[in-house]
Amino acid sequence: MSASIEQLSCQELVELVTDYLEGALPEAERNSFLHHIEGCTGCREYVSQMRETIALTGRLTPADLSPEAEAALLAAFRDWKSR
Amino acid sequence: MDDAAVIAALRARDERVFEELMRMYNASLLRVAQIYVASRAVAEEVVQETWIGVLNGIDRFEGRSSLKTWIFRILTNIAKTRGQREGRTVPFSALERPDAVPEAAVDPDRFLSPDHERWPGHWATKPEPWPEERLLATETREVLERAIEELPPVQRAVISLRDVEGWSSEETRNALGVSETNQRVLLHRARSKVRQALEGYLMEAR
Repeated sequence: MSASIEQLSCQELVELVTDYLEGALPEAERNSFLHHIEGCTGCREYVSQMRETIALTGRLTPADLSPEAEAALLAAFRDWKSR
Repeated sequence: MDDAAVIAALRARDERVFEELMRMYNASLLRVAQIYVASRAVAEEVVQETWIGVLNGIDRFEGRSSLKTWIFRILTNIAKTRGQREGRTVPFSALERPDAVPEAAVDPDRFLSPDHERWPGHWATKPEPWPEERLLATETREVLERAIEELPPVQRAVISLRDVEGWSSEETRNALGVSETNQRVLLHRARSKVRQALEGYLMEAR
């Protein structure tokens, strides 16, 4: 186990995952992040689960207005148009 | 279509463009409205009022912000007013200081204690790979949807915009009126909880 893995614990790493995925980690922190996951299967799995979570969320169908509300809005549009 | 073209089409009373615009933004508008009002039904009314506001304002819209930002500003104003009338106010900290209340991404019990002599703060129970064949199952999707519904409204809005709608962090923070850092804190908490819910389900039912 190398010194920089000791510097960043797993408990600390999980709090940095979003900053890492967003490209928002300063270089030094990013390096210790990468170094840590290189040597730590648990954290590597954690990061991959976060990516899976994001991918699965991306497959969801967005919420939508009820058809009635949408129809009412189109009627409102026609009303506005005729003004 | 760029903003200028959409604005011109709306001013020309082009119904097809209006319909398309609604389809594009309704889901996100609903999610943002739900930050301020309690029920889905009222959120729908807020979205309806927003579009009426857009129609009534479009001829005077000066384009000082993007059309999208403008639409979300109209929504936020209407939703806030409705929320106040309902006696419901969004705690200041939810949007402005999300990190005021610390929240762990992972249950602290999953880690060895910080003063463990050899492995301080390391996994006590490591995450195990998820069964791939079950990730796309209907039940898993339902667990995911439920986890998102159960999030605090601001976190739910952020994850919906970013990960369901695929918006950029900039679009999301403009629509919500939060800082970049806060957007990221909220996204982190939302994603972490959703991951945890998926893990709970996928591991327990194995």
